[in-house]
Amino acid sequence: MLRRRWIKAVVFPLCLTPISWVLWRAFYGDGLTANPVEFVTHFTGDWTIRFIVITLAVSPLRKLLALPDLIRFRRMLGLFAFFYGTLHCLTYFWLDKFFSLPEIAKDVVRRPFITAGFTAFALMLPLALTSTAGWIRRLGGTRWRTLHRLIYLTAIAAVVHYYWLVKSDIRLPAFYGALVAVLLGWRAVAWLRKRRSRQPSALSTQPSIPQRGAGGADELSAEN
Amino acid sequence: MLIKKPADLRHSDITPRSVYLNRRRFLAGLPVALVAGREALSPSGRARAAGGRFPNLVKSPFSTTEKPNSFNDVTHYNNFYEFGTGKEQPAKLAQKFKPGPEWKVSVEGAVARARKFTVEELIALAPMEERIYRHRCVEAWSIVVPWVGYSLSVLLKQAQPTAKAQYVAFESYYNSSMMLSSGEAGIEFPYVEGLRLDEAMHPLAMLSFGMYGDSLPPQDGAPVRLTVPWKYGFKSLKSLVKIKLVEKQPPTTWNLSNAREYGFYSNVNPQVDHPRWSQASERRLGEFLKRPTLMFNGYGNQVASLYNGMDLKKSY
Repeated sequence: MLRRRWIKAVVFPLCLTPISWVLWRAFYGDGLTANPVEFVTHFTGDWTIRFIVITLAVSPLRKLLALPDLIRFRRMLGLFAFFYGTLHCLTYFWLDKFFSLPEIAKDVVRRPFITAGFTAFALMLPLALTSTAGWIRRLGGTRWRTLHRLIYLTAIAAVVHYYWLVKSDIRLPAFYGALVAVLLGWRAVAWLRKRRSRQPSALSTQPSIPQRGAGGADELSAEN
Repeated sequence: MLIKKPADLRHSDITPRSVYLNRRRFLAGLPVALVAGREALSPSGRARAAGGRFPNLVKSPFSTTEKPNSFNDVTHYNNFYEFGTGKEQPAKLAQKFKPGPEWKVSVEGAVARARKFTVEELIALAPMEERIYRHRCVEAWSIVVPWVGYSLSVLLKQAQPTAKAQYVAFESYYNSSMMLSSGEAGIEFPYVEGLRLDEAMHPLAMLSFGMYGDSLPPQDGAPVRLTVPWKYGFKSLKSLVKIKLVEKQPPTTWNLSNAREYGFYSNVNPQVDHPRWSQASERRLGEFLKRPTLMFNGYGNQVASLYNGMDLKKSY
């Protein structure tokens, strides 16, 4: 079923439901609380970190559930993380700082939680830009994959950003922190295992070089 | 002679109208319409006063002329961590909290006349006033609320503080069966606060029993709370059960949780930032643009003398 064409046409609008729900609530529903700016900031931030976690979960789930076709959704999910991240940044730049560059620069330098959040977003930029099949070809699979490991840093920076901004109730940042730790830990364990199994026969040449330009990001086998 | 009057500094007093209009007209457009539209739909909180619990209120000279926020805003955007750490949670989770006639406030410690008061007894102590105060949260948002009550000093004078009384310690109600645990909220319960005795005796410091002409809703600190308008909102402790006059500076909840971020004084001060965010400006609920935060939340003329000779950067 995951191979069907229409399934993407289902997942795509599904990823748009959070933003649709906010727009509906703003114009037809209960409104966006007494502090709409704060509400939108938190809402878009929540969905950014959720999509980062969902994107990071794709590779482990492919292996654990033996569903290699899940790879077809990874790029879309990653781009949705970027989409909500962009909205999140925009609410801050616009509704909190009114595009005042000196104010923003001061915040980024002086407020550690802004520094962390800004880092998380900045690291997503190159990933979004190089998410096309053309860029995979241009960079080559190995380099592309190395570059896209920046998502790990984004995830860590996003959790730190969340943890540093809450006043006292750390339950949610701790929850996302645990998820990210598990998802990155799984990769670390997989990497160590692979290294160990490779070592005894280190001299024998392993065909570990991925095929270049074999297809889009969808086909690129995800070892990361 | 110095004539003290409330300093109601407006946006227009600081930024020339033409400057901010030009620069921000484009940015302001859509969300303003959105916010203003919703505000127009919500029932005016002030209209409630007619049928409320406190119909004959004395108008207070301490009131600001600024427009109060809607009743809906003030009752659906709360920091009351005992009932959840989200802003909208207390409005839902505090509904099972129904303080009854058995509620008592104990006044004790370094006083000549320690005793317990029922809320009815407290209400009978002095004429009920309506005081429209600005309320500035440490999180850089603010509201304007028409409180009902009287100066805390009325009660303190009645208790007759002894020479030992230097500070006043306050304690909130806590009941673990209907409230969050300390572990969940990340702060210690019961919630405690404190003021220096001269701060507590200042006429602006208020014991509030209601708002918008009616009793306090549970999420706003029923049945009786503190209102200290020149300090960050967390100093205005809710659902008061104990007032103790003490010799030494008492512990305060947020200071216990993070002493670097929340000091004992916590006076509103645009020049002293919270370590994690600026306190120079604030968002008045219902407004799109931020407004500059005023020293002592605009009550400097009345309270600044309490802090003469103090370094407010150190005593934050």
